[in-house]
Amino acid sequence: MELFDAFIVVFASGMRLAIPLILACLAGLWSERSGVVDIGLEGKILVGAFASGAAATFTGSVWLGLAAGLAATVAFSFIHGYASIDQRANQIVSGTAINMVADGLTALIGNAIWSQGGRTPQLPASAQFAAIDWPFVHEIGAIPIVGPIYEHLISGYDLITYAAFLLVPLTYWALYSTRFGLRLRAVGENPAAVDTAGISVRALRYAAVTICGLLVGLSGVYLVLSQLSYFQPHMSAGRGFIALAALVFAKWRPWPALATCLLFGFLDAVAIRLQGVILPIIGSVPVQAIEALPYVLTVVLLAGFIGKAIPPRASGVPYVKER
Amino acid sequence: MSAPLKPLPAWADVAVIPLVNVAAAFVISGFVVLAIGENPLEAVQILITGALGNLEGIGFTLYYATSFIFTGLAVAVCFHANLFNIGVEGQAYIAGLGAALAALYLGFLPGYSLVVIAVIAAALFGAAFAAIPGYLQAYRDSHIVITTIMFNYIASAIMGYLLVDVLRVPGQMNAETQAFPETGRIPQFHEVLAAFGVQWPVTPFNLSFLLALATAFGVWLLIWRTRLGYEIRTVGANPVAAIYGGISPARVTIIATVLSGAIAGGLAVNVILGEEHRLILEYTAGFGFVGIAVALMGRAHPVGIILASILFGVLYQGGAELAFDKPKISRDMIVVIQGLVVLFAGALEHMFRRPVATLLARRVAHPPI
Repeated sequence: MELFDAFIVVFASGMRLAIPLILACLAGLWSERSGVVDIGLEGKILVGAFASGAAATFTGSVWLGLAAGLAATVAFSFIHGYASIDQRANQIVSGTAINMVADGLTALIGNAIWSQGGRTPQLPASAQFAAIDWPFVHEIGAIPIVGPIYEHLISGYDLITYAAFLLVPLTYWALYSTRFGLRLRAVGENPAAVDTAGISVRALRYAAVTICGLLVGLSGVYLVLSQLSYFQPHMSAGRGFIALAALVFAKWRPWPALATCLLFGFLDAVAIRLQGVILPIIGSVPVQAIEALPYVLTVVLLAGFIGKAIPPRASGVPYVKER
Repeated sequence: MSAPLKPLPAWADVAVIPLVNVAAAFVISGFVVLAIGENPLEAVQILITGALGNLEGIGFTLYYATSFIFTGLAVAVCFHANLFNIGVEGQAYIAGLGAALAALYLGFLPGYSLVVIAVIAAALFGAAFAAIPGYLQAYRDSHIVITTIMFNYIASAIMGYLLVDVLRVPGQMNAETQAFPETGRIPQFHEVLAAFGVQWPVTPFNLSFLLALATAFGVWLLIWRTRLGYEIRTVGANPVAAIYGGISPARVTIIATVLSGAIAGGLAVNVILGEEHRLILEYTAGFGFVGIAVALMGRAHPVGIILASILFGVLYQGGAELAFDKPKISRDMIVVIQGLVVLFAGALEHMFRRPVATLLARRVAHPPI
């Protein structure tokens, strides 16, 4: 029973850690499925986090914070879109630029306004997303096994968490069951064919980049308005790159993306849990080993030793109309 | 669609376009400074005075520039093979381990042979760490961008573990190794000049600078004057043509990444052997990423890279002074400038091509009398 309780605690914390990954990973999925590689997720998480934190501080409204976060990331997405789609730039270079500008700009402006080394003030509870308790949580919580699962893994999360879980089936449905999704996937595989059918490659890719901006923005907003309650420079802490790893690991598919992000979040929670703990037989596990595991797993997968990760065929390739 | 562009004259391509791009980055940076309520012209003045106003500032500027020459060259070598090595940061970090292990455990070596071995160890460690993504790109078809990003984090985890749990001096708070013996250090310029009776303020500027210049010359020789360089450029321009010409792209890919990793080791030489004299946690401080900006700004040519490195040296040293004088303009401003340089000199490099071409065409059409 004790083991079960510990499992629930670690799983719940893993789930919380997985939410920003899930959102950023879905964002990357939309973008890359349309043929626009986005390594700027990391920077855009920061932009969303900062803009939402700053707006919520000024207005005291969680909704305006959310709106500002999403608007700012979409704006950054458009820069990447303009470079990648209209300027036919190297998308890796553009993404790198986005990461650098975002990293510097958020810290710079935060420091210039609040003079706390880039930190924004702590938000009051009214300017944060509150945890939502499901009906009869205490009554059901008393039931063994089912109770704790209901109380700690289903109830008690905030709006963005539930939204993240809903966005996975929504993405799956939109990509695989709608005309728009079919075209979007086609544009990532063979833009010339889509163009020949009289559909605008440019419009589709801009649509994908916009959706990417909204989703990755939500990831940043979550960090500030749901998790930490203030913005701190560099607070994305590599989440954008882990999401990128998860995207590769999931082979650019929504459901496996969810599973991979939960796995990576869970690994993170285990790493925190095992800090300084001495296990029987193994001894103490270096935290760094578990932290590096997502990256190592992704490299091993990419190398083709466990399955094969094949990206959308036209991803990273600017589309040039034949003249 | 608009008409295809006429090719620009060579001088405009080499000089005007890059200058316009970099100028755009700086103009926008100026607006950012304005937006946070400071005077950009005053900021530039403080920055330049801080970086070049006295010998001490110049020493620090050139010390930073040395680091950037190494990381910029490392990125550039891969650029020529059309490979994007984002992993210079991690490769330099691991190279620091090589330098430190040699300097700490080979202390029995006579005289300055120790520091030479330490430099070689740095290059070897950097090269070995770059070789894995290189091999995976060449033979396992895994994209070098993704693998090198992953390897940056893997390097960070390895070094975090080693510095916190293994190499740390027992009882020390800071995650760093012991100080290196005197013979495992690269002489700093003020020491060298003092030997000749010349006074120079104490700065971290050290003899690695000469190694950086030599490496830049070596890269120029390699890329434009050797068969291997020709092969690298051919694979970069057109791998299919390279195969037709009897060049193995896989072999060239591995060689380019290994060379890149070895050159990245120069950062360890400058910072670890030249200034810190011990290995410290996260010593690379993002300088590997500055290399991307430097390589793009210098258009992957050693001369351009040296000039861009000095500019970034000025920004880093002057930026520190600026942050001291104007706390609102923190050192994050430099990262913003760096990002804007990558954006305009890299991603949007062709944005000003049409306006410049139009302008030049008009000038030719209506010659001034």
